[in-house]
Amino acid sequence: MKTKPLTSRQEAQDWQSNARSVAWGIRKRALEHTITNNGGYLSQACSSAEIFAALYTKIMKLGPSQAPLIPPPFSGVPGADNPDYITGVDYNGPKSPDLDRFFLSCVQYALVLYAALVELGRMSAEGLAMFNKDGGTVEMIGAEHSPGHEITSGSLGQGLSQAAGIALGRRLKGETGRQWIFMSDGEFQSGQTWETIQTLSFYKLDNIGVYVDVNGQQCDGKMDEVMNIEPLQPRLEAFGARVYKVNGHDIEALAAPAELPPNGSPLFVLAYTNTAQGMDILEERKPKLHYVRFKNKEERERYKTFLKTKMARRA
Amino acid sequence: MVAEGKMEILKKLHAKNLVEWAKDKPKVLVLSADLTGSTEIDLFRDTYPDRFFSMGMAEQNMISFAGGLAREGFFPFVHTFAVFLYRRALDQISMSIAYPNLPVRLFGFLPGITTPGGATHQATDDIAVMRALPNMTILETGDATEVESILDVTHSIAGPVYIRMLRGEIPRLFHRSQPMQLGVSRVLSRGNDITLFSSGICTEEVMRVTRVLRERGVSIQHMHISTLKPFNDPAVLAAASQARFGVITVENHTIIGGLGSAVAEVMAEAGVGKKLVRLGLRDTYAHGASRSYLMREYRLDALAVVEEVEKFLGKTFNITEKDLAAVRLESMHSEAKAEAL
Repeated sequence: MKTKPLTSRQEAQDWQSNARSVAWGIRKRALEHTITNNGGYLSQACSSAEIFAALYTKIMKLGPSQAPLIPPPFSGVPGADNPDYITGVDYNGPKSPDLDRFFLSCVQYALVLYAALVELGRMSAEGLAMFNKDGGTVEMIGAEHSPGHEITSGSLGQGLSQAAGIALGRRLKGETGRQWIFMSDGEFQSGQTWETIQTLSFYKLDNIGVYVDVNGQQCDGKMDEVMNIEPLQPRLEAFGARVYKVNGHDIEALAAPAELPPNGSPLFVLAYTNTAQGMDILEERKPKLHYVRFKNKEERERYKTFLKTKMARRA
Repeated sequence: MVAEGKMEILKKLHAKNLVEWAKDKPKVLVLSADLTGSTEIDLFRDTYPDRFFSMGMAEQNMISFAGGLAREGFFPFVHTFAVFLYRRALDQISMSIAYPNLPVRLFGFLPGITTPGGATHQATDDIAVMRALPNMTILETGDATEVESILDVTHSIAGPVYIRMLRGEIPRLFHRSQPMQLGVSRVLSRGNDITLFSSGICTEEVMRVTRVLRERGVSIQHMHISTLKPFNDPAVLAAASQARFGVITVENHTIIGGLGSAVAEVMAEAGVGKKLVRLGLRDTYAHGASRSYLMREYRLDALAVVEEVEKFLGKTFNITEKDLAAVRLESMHSEAKAEAL
């Protein structure tokens, strides 16, 4: 039976306030983590908090987590001699023909994903505290044993291709669930990304939706100084994609394209974002924001104060 | 006396064989990177169009994409020239296929100097590169029977497989009743003066030599290797250990990291203190020329094997190319038959 989501104003406000609350929690947890560890992928949390929140609370059709709240220890890499290799995909619920799948392509955002899983009740806060700890699965740059990860895509540009193969495989099996991929804008400098987009269009794989955090920033600094990718929208459209350019901090705008019925083209949502969104204190560090490490004790104290005062209450 | 016989030569074997073999295997999909005719999958495309996917000249996406298909329970059979797999898309092979141990089958055509296409088309260092990847199985075909039976061998392997595949006209060296077996070497000649290990197209060359040398009174142990990884056949160590004068490897590949290196590792780890000569490309790229010309130039041929055997024994047999060319391989070559000679 088909169930249409209620469209009453009350219900709409509910998902929106829930999504905003999750986004706020992602930022706060990332900031706490960065202060505790004297470093972290903080700007990624600022730019992408609403994207993760919208995906997990509204866009993706996922079942409840099948994984333990506290992530298990690392139990070896996949191989013939390790049949019990654990996978982090279980945090996104069971695999079912009608359910969606989530793929984090730019795994440098793993911290943000873990924070999101905690906010959603799919992982405990202790799990996030295990980040980058020896012998654990909550790795800094996640692999497929890390919570919320289905594939190993730390080598950027490979995530979309793998998800595209899965999309075709599921279509061949007659499955109706969709594939949602989170990508960074830096990945659009890579040739493999464009190879994949031409393939998605050629095979009309419209069971794929890509959310891109267009924060204009990469490891070396501002993207338009490292290697320009703009104008991204017409480039993607020329490759046959269906593209929507949205304010990446507006959860309604983020969720809207996912409601459209598939039309034969792969869906790309370009979420234009700010790497200091929700944390004015980060503005002074621009444009070097790929990884935030405090320069001295004084700076760290200022961030502690910011956490206590500006992020004391849930939005 | 050497039995005279006409060697059977087969054409477009893989094309026909794959169609027949995949008939009742709906999960087998074939992926092509714009080399459909050149890798003999045109017949598959025409027979099962719904299971054939043209991926264009874009190997990196093709490889990761194949990984995705394998995760959904399919068996992607990726076909292109070997160089465009392991050179163009090594990171993708490593991270999208080998790391997750997925059953993707990589059919690499034009191994070594089998093509006049020059350095860009000659896969002369693929085994060295692929051997280093965990979870990867590496197989190489040496004749028609192996081209036919490699699909069954591959299907028995849960993880990824890289295959050095032959195409076009291929001789049948091994009887059809003796298919390729995973991790099992073929004993083509028994003896204890010299042990010869060969793989791929080099095996036919060595078979010509063993015949002539046997007539000259040299006792040769000849083993054909089709499983290059894992490399754990106990018969290899036993054969290397029994050689009175030494061991020779012959491969259509650089001597660094291929069959010769694998044999060296086995011998060294077991403490087999025999001299080892590795025939193959000596740390060089090749160039565009005919197969026979390149095999002579880079010493992958029968005459090079004779020269090395002579050095081991300190003898000269006055064997010429003419003597070797005069030897005709009979069509159904098996250990049993060789022993009966």
